[in-house]
Amino acid sequence: MSAPSPQSYTADEMMTVAAARRLRGGSCFVGIGLPSLAANLARRTHAPDLVLIYESGTIGAKPDLPPLSIGDGVLAETADSVVSVPEIFNYWLQPGRIDVGFLGAAQIDRYANINTTVIGPYDDPKVRLPGAGGAPEIAASCGEVTVIVRQSPRAFVDRVDFVTSVGFGSGPGDRERLGLRGRGPRTVITDLGILEPDPVTCELVLTHLHPGVTLERARAATGWELAAAPGLRETEPPADHELAALRALTGGHRS
Amino acid sequence: MATVIPLAEAVANLVHDGDSVALEGFTHLIPYAAGHEIIRQGRRDLTLIRMTPDLIYDQLVGMGCARRLVFSWGGNPGVGSLHRFRDAVQNHWPAPLEVEEHSHAGIANAYAAGASGLPFAVLRGYRGTDLPAHTATVKPITCPFTGEELTAVPAINPDVAIVHAQRADRHGNVQLWGITGVQKEAVLAARRSLVTVEEVVDELEPHPGAVTLPGWVITHVSEAPGGSHPSYSAGYSVRDNDFYQAWDAIARDRESFLAWMDEHVLTGEAARP
Repeated sequence: MSAPSPQSYTADEMMTVAAARRLRGGSCFVGIGLPSLAANLARRTHAPDLVLIYESGTIGAKPDLPPLSIGDGVLAETADSVVSVPEIFNYWLQPGRIDVGFLGAAQIDRYANINTTVIGPYDDPKVRLPGAGGAPEIAASCGEVTVIVRQSPRAFVDRVDFVTSVGFGSGPGDRERLGLRGRGPRTVITDLGILEPDPVTCELVLTHLHPGVTLERARAATGWELAAAPGLRETEPPADHELAALRALTGGHRS
Repeated sequence: MATVIPLAEAVANLVHDGDSVALEGFTHLIPYAAGHEIIRQGRRDLTLIRMTPDLIYDQLVGMGCARRLVFSWGGNPGVGSLHRFRDAVQNHWPAPLEVEEHSHAGIANAYAAGASGLPFAVLRGYRGTDLPAHTATVKPITCPFTGEELTAVPAINPDVAIVHAQRADRHGNVQLWGITGVQKEAVLAARRSLVTVEEVVDELEPHPGAVTLPGWVITHVSEAPGGSHPSYSAGYSVRDNDFYQAWDAIARDRESFLAWMDEHVLTGEAARP
């Protein structure tokens, strides 16, 4: 839960709205939690035809409220099609049929590699996290990847403790060398701003600050020397209709 | 042909100390009643296989039934950590737990290979991640036709697969629908199998999107109404999301976990089927 903001919306609400805006249409392979909330918000606002795909095999799910799990009954009941788990990964994800992969992260590094496996050494972890799930192949095979994660020095590290899902590996050319066919992470949306990979170095740089957030604060929340992109801009604050739709999804509570 | 017998008898026949056991069900149709019966029968040294360990493996691990866990995502969906799983990995309580860790795509394909009678599966997966460095069952493989480098995982052929389904007939033919996960693959890959069902009926009515497992590929069927709770059986129950959220506090602490298991699985009033 983020600290109350002086605005009429919270930092988490700003983050979710900013993430939803990045989903324009097409198909989206949705991770649970923050990605699922933002994807459902996009479908409720500007992208009603967005095809939501969950790894439980539900294609074109249209839940009224964001599900708690990726396999809640409402996803199957409202889906265009329900397929088995081998099929969703082999026939739908693997060939690159899905436009956007939408992921969360416990740790993310300057090359947008994601860790959801362990904090600390693998064989003697400080924190054992849930692990990979569908993420490695989502990050590899979707046309592009959007990441939503709260920004802090613990989460934004110079190098992840464990590469669960590849962003740009150790820099330019790595995705091609590894045979990863999607374009990789294009946008990382946080509660402070938006980061995008530099077109030459692939390093994540700050392209937007949310209203009221300073560059110094974003830098203090980042474990590498965070660069600001030329033309760093302020994110458009949430519109009333976006906030209303989001609060309808979260049960009226400020998330 | 599958025999329809009581759950306790089926588990006693099929699950032995040291076996590899896959209780599958992707969020939906998770065979909780069968998992609880394994705990009551005090099985030890199991290799537990499951894509999403969920609360049922948190319980089996916390009760000391497992020596090894093969999995791809070990969390409480939408809630957070599996605390018993974490405690076993981080602090070796109640016993050390070996882990063999995959991605969902990897395990799904390993079951499909197992069901297909193949020694391994090939996929576009794991490339560039740190998983192959820690999981011996992930290896690169070169396509003999194109020269492209891909990834291989060995087939999973569990000693026993256990799944839950909506219904079966008296000959042990099983019907399940909704999110069907990897249940078909797990049953066909396994040496022995148990399907628990919400109800045994005289005749299976067709249902849209249903998977039918004929009785001749199943060892035992057991009636276990409500046997997927707090997961669910589409058409019979809904996911008990409140319980999934409550489990976080129950399982966080060893004492409260053991007290809950005693009350609800081992000896208490609620433990009696």
